[in-house]
Amino acid sequence: MTSTTTALLAAGVTVGVPVALFGYLWTVEKLLTPFTERTRRRLRPWAWLAPALILIGVFLFYPMLNTLLLSFRSADSGRWAGLANFRYLLDDAEAHSALRNSLMWVVLLTAGCLLFGLAIALLADRVRYEVGVKSIVVMPTAVSFVAGAVIWKFMFDYQPAGYAQTGTLNAAWTTVSRQPPVAWLVDTSTNNSALITVGIWMTTGFATVIISAALKMVPAELVEAARIDGANSRQLLRHVLLPQLRPTLTVVATLLAISAFKAFDVVYVMTNGNYHTDVIANLLYQQLFINQDFGRASAVAVLLTAVISPILAINVRTLRREGRE
Amino acid sequence: MASRPRARRLPVHLTLLVLCAAWLVPLVGLLVSSVRTPYDITTSGWWHGLLPPYRFTVDNYTQVLTTGGLGRAFVNSLLITVPAVTVMTSVGAVAAYAFARMRFAGRRTVFIVLIALLVVPAQMALAPVLRLYNTLHLAGTFPGIWLVHAGFAMPFAVYLLRNFMAGLPEEVFEQAAVDGASAPTVFLRIALPISAPALASFAIFQFLWVWNDLLLALIFLGGDPAVAPMTVSLSNLVNANTGQGWQLLTAAAFVSMAFPLLIFLTLQRYFVRGLLAGAVK
Repeated sequence: MTSTTTALLAAGVTVGVPVALFGYLWTVEKLLTPFTERTRRRLRPWAWLAPALILIGVFLFYPMLNTLLLSFRSADSGRWAGLANFRYLLDDAEAHSALRNSLMWVVLLTAGCLLFGLAIALLADRVRYEVGVKSIVVMPTAVSFVAGAVIWKFMFDYQPAGYAQTGTLNAAWTTVSRQPPVAWLVDTSTNNSALITVGIWMTTGFATVIISAALKMVPAELVEAARIDGANSRQLLRHVLLPQLRPTLTVVATLLAISAFKAFDVVYVMTNGNYHTDVIANLLYQQLFINQDFGRASAVAVLLTAVISPILAINVRTLRREGRE
Repeated sequence: MASRPRARRLPVHLTLLVLCAAWLVPLVGLLVSSVRTPYDITTSGWWHGLLPPYRFTVDNYTQVLTTGGLGRAFVNSLLITVPAVTVMTSVGAVAAYAFARMRFAGRRTVFIVLIALLVVPAQMALAPVLRLYNTLHLAGTFPGIWLVHAGFAMPFAVYLLRNFMAGLPEEVFEQAAVDGASAPTVFLRIALPISAPALASFAIFQFLWVWNDLLLALIFLGGDPAVAPMTVSLSNLVNANTGQGWQLLTAAAFVSMAFPLLIFLTLQRYFVRGLLAGAVK
């Protein structure tokens, strides 16, 4: 396709889809006219849901069931493979390390973002430049993980001892400690934490904004009453604010944990899973796209879902409660 | 909260200052490096660039925009993002309206399935969709990626917009029904205009999301530079970089950030509202 036709097609879809959608609804209404009001009320909702349900069916519902099936099939899906794909995951050292690293991502990213998010929300609440602080922290949310990865590759840059350290962290480290520079992204004792740091930098703003909003909703009388009873800041936080924030912190924690399990971009761009930094999502990409092994890729996806499922269960319950009118 | 003596608040200000610095330093480092010469960038840290004599240059930007293929990638990102967001917002709004304002058998069941799909990782769907695309020759095409993004975003769109539309006062809709307006007219004339804030925050949220996506672009568009968005081009630049190309890489990263940051900074209020609507109620 030439670029001009692509651009025209894109413009056509942008304008045409909403117009076509309304035309569709209008046509449905015309087709329903001969029926009784009762029948119309029964049929209309499904006609309105149809476009969304078709998209969901084709891109989510059917593929998910299919992935489950593919995980028991051979690489090209041509024949049954039994549990071979799962056995490979259990036996392969690479897959083990990916799973371990993903768990590390979940624990450290969730804890880091919650801790920083809570601290920033609480502290910023007390100063007049609150909006400024929150804007700075939330800014990386708008940046792609790829750009974030480039930014931090530069922060972590390593030059051999004796050369000028152009990476921010090594310059600071060698100056302060008088120790040789650290190859942050290659050294296996630092590289996973280094990657997770990027994740925390990218995601804390999200946690901050939500925790801060929940903090504003804590009734002022409650805080006032605690103060009159002589509570100091620490007691206020522990006995009043944290219990009030708990539902929000739970939701944020589950969202963070899920995103940590799915972490892909940072690892792909910064190390591509080398030096023992592989994670589940990158493993899936490697199997799916580089090895073209649909069986193993599907098994990785099933494994990912199985590991997340306890967190998912909590989230589904919270969301259901929320969605009820 | 009650104001306290100035001196006791000093630790608060200092902690906030340190945290803000920690969040800003990486960005400032990138920005400064992107306007330094290749020689400067490899021989001294970026903070030296803040001291005189100043030797700033825009050559890096000229180079990535003209020879790095980043101009092409910018257009591709737009061609991917705008139609995808339009499709998911409009289709999502229609379904959300049906869930919010119409009573029908099975509504609850379908909605619960939708919420379950909201939290199941999209990775579960990748392999079959890629196979389907290979058969239909949709892999590597823009319509393919529009549909994939729209499909994956649909549960979130319906969930978010339904919550908003369900909270609208009943009287507005009753009045219109009494006046004899048809269902599509009520939707177009009443529901959509009142829902504008929710639609806007969803669209901005998804705009950033789709613009910044790497995984789906890699899988469904492949590595072809003719269709690659900025995230893919940038990650290719990183992989090709052997430590010599920092000046290009930093400039390219800044170019890829500029547009979403601009959108974010001008529409921050709506974007944050979108974040909140999705997570706290």
